[in-house]
Amino acid sequence: MADVLVLVEQFGGQVKKATAELLTAARRLGSPVAVWIGPGCDDGAVATLAEFGATEVLVADAPQYTDHSVAPIADVLAALVAQRSPAAVLVASSATGKEAAGRLAIKTNSGIITDAVDIAADGTATQSVFGGSTIVHSRVTQGTPIITVRVNSIAPEPQVSTPTRSTIDVPVSDTSTTTRVTERTEATKGGRPELAEAAVVVSGGRGVGSADGFGVIEALADSLGAAVGASRAATDAGWYPHTHQVGQTGKTVSPQLYIANGISGAIQHRAGMQTSKTIVVVNKDPEAPIFELADFGVVGDLFEVVPQLTEEIKKRAGA
Amino acid sequence: MKVAVCVKQVPDTWAEKRLRAEDSLLDRESADGVMNELDEYAVEQALQIVEAAGGEVVVVSMGPERAAETVRKALSMGADSGIHVVDDALRGSDAIATANALAAALKDRGFDLIVFGSESTDARMSVIPAMVAEILGIAQLTFAQKVVVEGSVVTIERVTDYGFDTVTASTPAVISVVEKINEPRYPSFKGIMAAKKKPVETIGLAELSLDPDTVGSRAAWSAVADFSARPAKAAGVVVSDAGDGGTKIAEFLAEQKFI
Repeated sequence: MADVLVLVEQFGGQVKKATAELLTAARRLGSPVAVWIGPGCDDGAVATLAEFGATEVLVADAPQYTDHSVAPIADVLAALVAQRSPAAVLVASSATGKEAAGRLAIKTNSGIITDAVDIAADGTATQSVFGGSTIVHSRVTQGTPIITVRVNSIAPEPQVSTPTRSTIDVPVSDTSTTTRVTERTEATKGGRPELAEAAVVVSGGRGVGSADGFGVIEALADSLGAAVGASRAATDAGWYPHTHQVGQTGKTVSPQLYIANGISGAIQHRAGMQTSKTIVVVNKDPEAPIFELADFGVVGDLFEVVPQLTEEIKKRAGA
Repeated sequence: MKVAVCVKQVPDTWAEKRLRAEDSLLDRESADGVMNELDEYAVEQALQIVEAAGGEVVVVSMGPERAAETVRKALSMGADSGIHVVDDALRGSDAIATANALAAALKDRGFDLIVFGSESTDARMSVIPAMVAEILGIAQLTFAQKVVVEGSVVTIERVTDYGFDTVTASTPAVISVVEKINEPRYPSFKGIMAAKKKPVETIGLAELSLDPDTVGSRAAWSAVADFSARPAKAAGVVVSDAGDGGTKIAEFLAEQKFI
């Protein structure tokens, strides 16, 4: 069976959920080979990769691979493509993942498909474009298929393997190493999950009315272990940090549960959350277009409905 | 400092977008064309760099005839001159073909910096800046929320899932900027008038020395098999709050096993 290269998505040695999704998809196409670029690939990390069926773990943790942002990742993947002629290369649709995939496509003269939400055994990728309004099936027609997969799209299915672990030693280009990462800064997140990979997202919009108003949104999010999102109206007004913006010019999320509070649902916002599995809406305007997406909606004042919901969740959790 | 800023004309962000049945390409005629919103931040950043360090800003756009409007908009914001890459053979170019054509238009012109928006609001791939850096063999400083230029050294804060990376390189370099790195200026009346007299070079495949077989629909590295409208979502339950709206949602969430 042909190899399928999977670029491991991890931070500080912690394997991210996206990696389990990629390995699950890779098993449909061939034999998943996990490529780990960065420090921290310890026994625990290898065990996680084994749980989802990696047959090999290849590690590039020398400074020339880890200290120079995106370019060396593409150098490593291109060398592996040349050595192994894989059936495909699967990468998470993170900023770095997509950029490394793009560079790899140029290096290997191969087609690239970004933001796939599913991959079939014949390599056909499903994309959900224009804010989820259109479903597209496409295939790479030249070179090695390079596909980036949107997180939270494919349900991870364990299939335990016993991978070998080896170290990668391939040259990186001079241009790659002239770009240096001098510092990595972690933002304080208050213990909430990352927006892009959260299973539950609680968002606030214009109806929240102020920065203080986001207190009730955060309280609901914390009762559910959710990430906090915001519409563009709220981030433009300065009520919530721009990095939390969900929408066409912000992040695209596809959680199991999305709770939209005081958000009217313009195309700008819908484009970033339309593919959420279950959508709950609270808005005082019964005509708000966001209700068209709702599995369950309440027409009412979010400052009455949301705190009551938070209390009810806490009560049930305590019971 | 000679700075290029690459901009793309896209369908209005607020318009519904669709693919055409005959060729699976985005229907660009059915909506107003506007400058990709994220490119406005790129234009502003390019102007600020040159205002501080001296030099010139050249706006570069690949697109059909009417993309000239978008070049003109960047000129009215303050860019000095424009390059419009336009050729019927470029129609339907995918990301790789687009990156090849842009790189061909940009190379050998002595640009110290090439600035992009971090993605377009239509294709949303976010790969063109990295691809152009790869093709030109120059440094990639992308997803910047902050850009500092000191002589020939450029340092950015690259937005990451966990916060940001500080990344530094020497010119020449490709930069991409994220939304809210700055507040893009509006074209002034004076700027709009001045833009009419600024030079715009129009170039096609011949000037780029590109083989027509390597760009456009014919050269696609991937192909659409089929597409369809997303099935309409079944109507959900909407109730009016009668003092128990929060409890009702909790009941729904419990039914769905979320709590």
